[in-house]
Amino acid sequence: MTTIEHPAPPPPSGPVPWDKDFAQALLADMLRIRRLEEKAAELYGEGRIRGFLHLYIGEEAVAVGALHALRAEDNVVATYREHGHALVRGMSMAAIMAEMYGKREGCARGRGGSMHLFDASTRLYGGNAIVGGGLPVATGLALAAQLRKEDRVTACFFGDGAVAEGAFHESLNLAALWKLPVLFCCENNLYGMGTAVERAEAQTDLAAKARSYNMPALSCDGMDVVAVYQATQEALALVGQGPVFVEYRTYRYRAHSMFDAELYRQKAEVEEWKTRGPIHTFTARLKAEGKLTEAEFLALDARVAAEVAAAVAFAEAGTWEPVEDLLKDVHTP
Amino acid sequence: MTRKLSYREAMREAMHEALQNDPRVFLMGEDVGRYGGTYAFSKGFLEEFGPARIRDTPLSELAFVGAGIGAALGGLRPIVEVMTVNFSLLALDQIVNTAALYRHMSGGQFSVPLVIRMATGAGRQVAAQHSHSLEGWYAHIPGIKVLAPATIEDARGMLAPALADPDPVVIFEHAGLFNLEGEVPDRCTVDIVRAKVRRDGTAVAIITYGGSLPKALAAAEMLAAEGIAAEVVDLRVLRPLDTAAIVASVAKCRRAVIVDEGWRSGSLAAEVSARIMENAFFELDAPVARVCSEEVPIPYARHLEEAALPQPEKIVAAVKGLFS
Repeated sequence: MTTIEHPAPPPPSGPVPWDKDFAQALLADMLRIRRLEEKAAELYGEGRIRGFLHLYIGEEAVAVGALHALRAEDNVVATYREHGHALVRGMSMAAIMAEMYGKREGCARGRGGSMHLFDASTRLYGGNAIVGGGLPVATGLALAAQLRKEDRVTACFFGDGAVAEGAFHESLNLAALWKLPVLFCCENNLYGMGTAVERAEAQTDLAAKARSYNMPALSCDGMDVVAVYQATQEALALVGQGPVFVEYRTYRYRAHSMFDAELYRQKAEVEEWKTRGPIHTFTARLKAEGKLTEAEFLALDARVAAEVAAAVAFAEAGTWEPVEDLLKDVHTP
Repeated sequence: MTRKLSYREAMREAMHEALQNDPRVFLMGEDVGRYGGTYAFSKGFLEEFGPARIRDTPLSELAFVGAGIGAALGGLRPIVEVMTVNFSLLALDQIVNTAALYRHMSGGQFSVPLVIRMATGAGRQVAAQHSHSLEGWYAHIPGIKVLAPATIEDARGMLAPALADPDPVVIFEHAGLFNLEGEVPDRCTVDIVRAKVRRDGTAVAIITYGGSLPKALAAAEMLAAEGIAAEVVDLRVLRPLDTAAIVASVAKCRRAVIVDEGWRSGSLAAEVSARIMENAFFELDAPVARVCSEEVPIPYARHLEEAALPQPEKIVAAVKGLFS
């Protein structure tokens, strides 16, 4: 029997503390991300989507639980693995898909692609492909809110890899020093590309790093949407006095980008974490509690499939930005 | 009406005016508050405007420049001061990978109205890690504007239009100019678009910017004594370059010397030279000449530092070389 290097947490247990509608809404969002990305992977294989495509499959509970705990007036800064964040935040699946196609109808008119989803209307400030690059920006967005006396939290998502960057340490220090309303959301999927966290960090308790900057720091099971939501709520309640750090312990099921040989992790480890899948465990809990019937699940799945199909049709029917507009938006007109 | 100001006073006044006129404006950087600014540009600001708007930062260039970007996205008009251009390299990621491309990469959804000011240049015997001129690197980047105020009037006047600009603007203030004094109009309104002829001439166009402008003017004076009427063009705006002004001066003078405190290889001077080739080749009576810094980290010892930099004598020699 192989020893698993990074054992999965015990399966989520305990009652789901939500009514049927809210619980099903969160399940729906997890499923929307999963099906969108499964389709995106397929389209990538067909050459419809190019470039880099970083899938969030396995980590859906984090974006869904965390973002449902936020308010519309809050800011979100995300990474290059952000399809889920954009979708849950309220960007249409069609706009995301069209952006991945590089079409003019995409959220950034084909200028950004998969890694750079932006949406002013939902206060999504990207889509940043520089690891750690979003942390200083989030700190500044929070500074603006503080100086303008706006009741607004900035949630900044980043992975475990970013914790090794200077931007992480500088930003946490600055945010704590100035008591800025930032929620530092660390999506710890245990690997920065192919480097396991213990091969990159002298201190693998990432929350301890945040605590050293004199801010509250929580850790939770990022495979459990209930735990994610509750930890985020708990953190948000503390944000008024300064920044708060939350570590979501999660796992990426797919390759770092579309192709890697996965030489850096055990197949058995991946399989074990798959048994903790955020969607099927939550579905089972809801069914056991009578908050979801099989018929409701099938109806939901069909709705999501229809949304994905419509998004693909929208992207396929999309147009190309005219080359004459190549230089548009380098500067503000 | 005009009055006498130093470059330092001009910058201070410009920031003071901006802070007074627009509640969205704030100043952030290392020692801008209690210390009064590394070069005393913000002396007294902390007392007058308070710690919310005059923000001393830790030694965290990456974070506070990035925070300036975020604050600009969040509706403010930050002035971020970086102590020297050498230190700005610690923040280069945020300037190049974030500020410069936010608008384009977001498909026009977000603009970053940020002003970054920094000291640049050599001549003070502060050695290689405080003396470089990297304006040319910044001028390479689409998405930012790059300014080099070289006169008291520009030091006084360029900040307001930079703050009014909806996109990131980087202002390079040559430390060799800070004690320069000059007469300025009571109301300084300047553009951040065009180059400016600082001395009229007909025989050669000396094209320069920043800390090299006084040296170019001194060279023009020396040349005048020898009967050569040099025109001196101050680029002022290093990105986007005012190609039309460069071409007009070259077409008039038929000879050009570019003076750039940056190193010759891959320099801004190289770009100006290329534009002359592209746009005014047939106007030239001689090849374009360049006076740049020697390709060496700027040394400490005075005689070595002086030898490394463009100097009036070198400019004069370069000009004369075009007539031999």
